[in-house]
Amino acid sequence: MKELWLTAKLDIAESLRARWFAIYCLIFGGLVALLFVFGLTESRVLGFIGLSRLLVTFIQLTMAILPIFVLITTVRSVAGDREAGVFEYLLSLPVGLAAWFWGKIVGRYLVIFLPVFAAMAGAVAWALIRGIEVPWGMFAYYTALLATMGWCFLGIGMLISSLARSTDVAQGMAFMVWLTLLLFLDLILLGVMIQERVRPEVAVGIALANPLQVFRTAALALFDPQLIVLGPSAFVILDTFGATGYKFFAVLYPAALGALAALAGYLFFRRGDLP
Amino acid sequence: MIQFRNVSKTFKRNRVLDGIGLDIGLGERVALIGSNGAGKTTLIRCLLGEYTHEGTVAIDGRAPRAERTAVLAAIGFVPQLPPPLRMPVGQLIGFAAALCGSDPSRIAAIALRLGLDTERVRGQPFVKLSGGQKQKILIAIALGRDARVLVMDEPAANLDPEARKIFFELLAERQSAATMLISSHRLNEVAGLVNRVVELDMGRVVLDDRVADDVSLAGLLDCRIRVKRAEPAFAKALAAWDFRSSADGLEWTGEVAGPDRLRFLGMTSRYVALIADLSFSETEKVSPAGTAP
Repeated sequence: MKELWLTAKLDIAESLRARWFAIYCLIFGGLVALLFVFGLTESRVLGFIGLSRLLVTFIQLTMAILPIFVLITTVRSVAGDREAGVFEYLLSLPVGLAAWFWGKIVGRYLVIFLPVFAAMAGAVAWALIRGIEVPWGMFAYYTALLATMGWCFLGIGMLISSLARSTDVAQGMAFMVWLTLLLFLDLILLGVMIQERVRPEVAVGIALANPLQVFRTAALALFDPQLIVLGPSAFVILDTFGATGYKFFAVLYPAALGALAALAGYLFFRRGDLP
Repeated sequence: MIQFRNVSKTFKRNRVLDGIGLDIGLGERVALIGSNGAGKTTLIRCLLGEYTHEGTVAIDGRAPRAERTAVLAAIGFVPQLPPPLRMPVGQLIGFAAALCGSDPSRIAAIALRLGLDTERVRGQPFVKLSGGQKQKILIAIALGRDARVLVMDEPAANLDPEARKIFFELLAERQSAATMLISSHRLNEVAGLVNRVVELDMGRVVLDDRVADDVSLAGLLDCRIRVKRAEPAFAKALAAWDFRSSADGLEWTGEVAGPDRLRFLGMTSRYVALIADLSFSETEKVSPAGTAP
């Protein structure tokens, strides 16, 4: 356990020094600031007013930025360290492979989750100061969604880092994964369904397997519990899971996917050559 | 103590190690030599448990891959190329010491003996240090704990003569308690340090020989050189070895560490036409051993 925390601490310190982390914090902090500046808390859209509107917008934007950011920075730093010979030296020290791998994940996870959460928490704190009503249930659920989203893509990033032997290949793979998930979002699936190329059940099944779509649907479900904006596929989702069931699914499924990917990454890492 | 049994390693279709068999006992100081691509680094990585391979590698009967933590706790490693670590020196020393169960002050003390005050560079990123400073830190980390096996890849390549002398002293202090595996492209770089030479070529052991062990690792040689005329380039080279000249610049005296004599002669050979006389004599002075902090 001591080795795991030492590795996690090392990774956290390394990330805090990296330029990507500064940009990452700037993006999410800036997002919240911009949303306040543009007066989203005062606007009334779809019956919303107050912080809920800001939170919905924030999480939608986060879904667009966080996955690709986590994937690229994770594979760049892990594969880059391996390529540069950092692994050769640090792994000659008496640290277990499990402690090293999971320590890196723990450190990286804290570094990617905390700034996004801090941005959202900052918005809530500001709302409290300004006397704006805070939708606590929504805030708690979005926190869970952000936590699981970070974990899911970190796990996938670590798997790619274990499989790829060079930074270029790792970055290419990460980009392909992100692009594939993006292609199978509801809009494209709907288009395919309209052209009657796949059965509706298959399209909905693919959408439910896609973590990006799962997050998107879950975020929508908070202000549109009947998922009217999704059209007929809402019936499949709500009939299968129910509104509350889907909320749990949207948190648990990506978390399980991230854990499986990280576990597969660890098994590959342990099995192969380390440097 | 260290056993390689029929160790082979293949990268795609390229067989880099081909049935290596070696037994290395406690207290042996082995030079692992060979040209680029001979398999030295791959063999070292197998020993460190970093590469999977055919055959078996064991240190005190334990496999480095299966029992990494226990095995690596007993190995001090100095790589050929310092890793491009962005972390500050203080953090690197703290991390290594915590993992190895060592005291950071012990590592700092060894670095100080090598001529590097870690307090002054504590906050600097490791990657920003000079080649020699990086080497001193890595040597200090490897020697700043109770390692029973020292694996070093061209360890003294970036050190100045004074630091090399201290480095040999540090190795002398460990001579009876540790096994050393020192890798180099050229035998003359490490000849004075070792009592056994293993040469690799195309992934095979082509030479495994004991060598005379007459010169102590901590021994010093008094050296006197007389030159035909004063030559600035030669004077600069000798000054780098801390040699002192006579007033007319024709006679030079200084001390050369015993294990460094071949390297020193290699340097002087470039000025052989200039040298009228060169003599070595063994001095009574021996670098103090057993003074490790």
